[in-house]
Amino acid sequence: MTDYLRASAADLVTALEAGETTSVALTELFLGRIAAVDGAVNAFLHVDREGALAQATASDARRAAGTPASTLDGVPIAVKDVLATEGLPTTCGSKILEGWIPPYDATVVTRLREAGLPILGKTNMDEFAMGSSTEHSAYGPTHNPWDLDRIPGGSGGGSAAAVAAFQAPLAIGTDTGGSIRQPGAVTGTVGVKPTYGGVSRYGLVAMANSLDQAGPVSRTVLDSALLHEVIGGHDPRDSTSIDQPVGALADAARQGASGDLTGLRVGVIKELGGEGYQVGVEASFRESLDLLVSAGAEVVEVSCPSFVHALAAYYLIMPSEASSNLAKFDAMRYGLRVVPDGDPSAEDVMRASRDAGFGDEVKRRIILGTYALSSGYYDAYYGQAQKVRTLISRDFEAAFEQADVLVSPTAPTTAFKLGEKLDDPLAMYLNDLATIPANLAGVPGISLPSGLAAEDGLPVGFQVLAPALADDRLYRVGAALEMLLEKKWGGPLLAQAPGLDTVLGGRVGRSAPVSRPPNSTTGEKA
Amino acid sequence: MSTDTLLSFEESLEKFDPAMGLEVHVELNTNTKMFCGCPAVFGGEPNSQVCPTCLGLPGAMPVVNAKAVESAMRIGLALNCEIAEWCRFARKNYFYPDMPKNFQTSQYDEPIAFEGYLDVELEGGEIVRVDIERAHMEEDTGKSLHVGGATGRIHGADHSLVDYNRAGIPLIEIVTKPIMGSREKAPEIAKAYVAQLRELIVALGVSDARMDQGSIRADVNLSLAPVGTGSLGTRTETKNVNSLRSVERAVRYEMQRHAAILDGGGSILQETRHWHEDTGVTTSGRPKSDADDYRYFPEPDLVPVAPSREWVEELKQTLPELPREKRARMQREWGFSDLEMRDTVGAGALGLVEETIAAGAAPQSARKWWLSEMARRANDSGQEIAELGVTPADVAAVQALVDAGSLNDKLARQVFDGLIAGEGTPAEIVAARGLEIVSDDGALGAAVDKAIEANPDVADKIRDGKVAAAGALIGAVMKEMRGQADAGRVRELIIEKLT
Repeated sequence: MTDYLRASAADLVTALEAGETTSVALTELFLGRIAAVDGAVNAFLHVDREGALAQATASDARRAAGTPASTLDGVPIAVKDVLATEGLPTTCGSKILEGWIPPYDATVVTRLREAGLPILGKTNMDEFAMGSSTEHSAYGPTHNPWDLDRIPGGSGGGSAAAVAAFQAPLAIGTDTGGSIRQPGAVTGTVGVKPTYGGVSRYGLVAMANSLDQAGPVSRTVLDSALLHEVIGGHDPRDSTSIDQPVGALADAARQGASGDLTGLRVGVIKELGGEGYQVGVEASFRESLDLLVSAGAEVVEVSCPSFVHALAAYYLIMPSEASSNLAKFDAMRYGLRVVPDGDPSAEDVMRASRDAGFGDEVKRRIILGTYALSSGYYDAYYGQAQKVRTLISRDFEAAFEQADVLVSPTAPTTAFKLGEKLDDPLAMYLNDLATIPANLAGVPGISLPSGLAAEDGLPVGFQVLAPALADDRLYRVGAALEMLLEKKWGGPLLAQAPGLDTVLGGRVGRSAPVSRPPNSTTGEKA
Repeated sequence: MSTDTLLSFEESLEKFDPAMGLEVHVELNTNTKMFCGCPAVFGGEPNSQVCPTCLGLPGAMPVVNAKAVESAMRIGLALNCEIAEWCRFARKNYFYPDMPKNFQTSQYDEPIAFEGYLDVELEGGEIVRVDIERAHMEEDTGKSLHVGGATGRIHGADHSLVDYNRAGIPLIEIVTKPIMGSREKAPEIAKAYVAQLRELIVALGVSDARMDQGSIRADVNLSLAPVGTGSLGTRTETKNVNSLRSVERAVRYEMQRHAAILDGGGSILQETRHWHEDTGVTTSGRPKSDADDYRYFPEPDLVPVAPSREWVEELKQTLPELPREKRARMQREWGFSDLEMRDTVGAGALGLVEETIAAGAAPQSARKWWLSEMARRANDSGQEIAELGVTPADVAAVQALVDAGSLNDKLARQVFDGLIAGEGTPAEIVAARGLEIVSDDGALGAAVDKAIEANPDVADKIRDGKVAAAGALIGAVMKEMRGQADAGRVRELIIEKLT
């Protein structure tokens, strides 16, 4: 009998189509898994058992009637808590939104519902997606299923860990500077940041509007392609969404899985490697390159000289936009409200609520952004950063003249220990060195597992970048490499992960954090 | 309420030159808001016209209202502005409870329209060109209601309520360049500019243009500099000026207030001021410095607005006739003298006269009724002439009765009494009040006989051929008939009987 827990979404679809299982059975299976392991992993901030089962029941009815809503109809999914879900708490990992229940769905969520994917719950994240370790969640860190003392990456550590720990076959993440790809890399899962504008941002609580992009999180490249097709495409409610069909991404993945990359030009980005990159990460990367060559690809080295300024530009543009986006959290209409003693003015309430509701990293970025936008500094900081952004786009354009796709390690290191970089923001920021350029230029990128680092036995991610709107190339190349690697490994990388049940030992069975009662004066104001 | 010392207007001009800048916010009458699909209508139950976007809920995004962009471009074109080939929205960041996102989506250094002018006609017929710096698009804020305080202001209030129905309604902000050298005419120019800008907005049909409802709001920036220096002094920005009369008064007040401070060796505090319609004074608002930092940056949730030149040209070609051109055409067609035209405009009766003529009255008759009769009545009752309850159609109907000989001017005035009293249509009032002129020979003949009998001397004069004396007998007959006699027929009857 198939192990549905560990099966790919594509295989679950096959089983559903064959009538071998039902959406309700699958949903129960994953809810059970969540209950068993999430006490240790803490991937979920909220589990919607009732809602998920109701959606599963409806899905089974559609299957029975022969009218499935989509290919993935009935396959359960987890959603990062940064996307608005009607009737389900949406905290963005922050105390300031504790207890807030949106009156509307993000477009991505609407599309999931319309496609019939039962939503298991909302996943943990760094507060407002600010971080690379999920340690900045106000609700405690998520633990890496490969080693519970290590970070699962961030900000979307919850979605990546949920998929890696077999708590969900699919998840939605968001990627502003690497928040889908870097967690994918350190948890041995697949994550895709689509072309900017390829997936609607409506209902995605913005960190940095010009960089944010929602995308799929999965265990296989094909699964990401299938999910991407569900959530992608034009949305009139997002002016920055691209008015073009999402494309035949699953077909590209299937084609890639044949393993033939003859004629493909692969560009290795010179600037994304070397100093600062872990030895085992580089070794794994080289092995994958060799496999691509064996499949017929031609490898060339490309130079993107402006990438060295990417991190600096990112840490001006992102906080600038974030400082403005987060101004709305002022306790006037929703979210945490702290009323100081005495006869406080509205401004006093705003100040006290924001002070109590935001964590340190959020405050740090608000201060950075406020400073960067200030009159007299704007040109030197925000203005300069935008120029760097233009240069980075030009670097990409030039590189894509030499190569069809660009590749690099996804992250410079494997998963580090929880707490290790918490007091060193700059070291934390360096995690996104290789992922940030794609966000600045709006081009799509995928991270897929390329193996384990010899020195620590932890997963390494391989990043593929493509020109804007050429997301199909990610799936073609990704699926080819995945096939070649799995052939070498004799199965998926996750099969080498220590079974959570054994690793957890006594920790299994702790009750899952279904929901947490508000411990403050939180309340949604009508 | 105010303890401001004022210099006399004349003395302030002896010592200082005023410089003005006017910022006018026009609320557009689009069906929906600037960035969402909520209705953009005035009133409504508080917070009934809101959605995630205009409430600034987390994750919600704006989408530009194309109709609002079109209206902005039409305003820009009517003000002889350049229309940007490419422009963006920008965020103006500041915290305020009635601003859902704590930033206002506005335009900063890339306005949709810029570098234009409006030629403004003053009462004496002089034309003054007011240069327009820019017209840009933005969204309105919500409305705060401060409850429990004595003043209705935030200070001292017990609590505040916010209505977000207005949040997100499209606004066009029209900013003039500094208006220099206007001297004693500054208050008049300010009023005339706002009045004629309002007329232009009305002609374009892009706004309800109701100052009393806040769909047009004026802010007056004013500074003084020592006479003849040509420099710019420290300015104040007077807000909340929501009638034409107030625009004029606020300029005058601030000129006198500034002059008194400067003359006494003091300096002007750069701040916003609140205009108080009832007391006619301004009071201190909040300090405002040039260093006020709104941390503007381009709105990343919106794409640039890049109107095609074809669209701009099409809008230019389809602009309606604008007030000044229209006025010139009407004056020509109606045969009004410059003075008659100015009086008509000055009395605020242009539209009424136009409609009355359109309803069939001769231009001079229409003008006569509105400018003499209605203006007098309005003045007596302290109303605007448009508020009397007499419509252009009424005036045209009354004049038609006069033209037909059924009424004379005196009777017509009684019909207007009836109209103002709400007694019905002109025809109904004539019937009910029995105002129709009597031209029936039987009734008139008896009255003529009576008049001849009562005035034998006059009758003799007429018999002697002094026909001009008939006037006295006509007067007697009219008196007898209580004015309701056809004077021409009476004259004929008198002459028939006596010659």
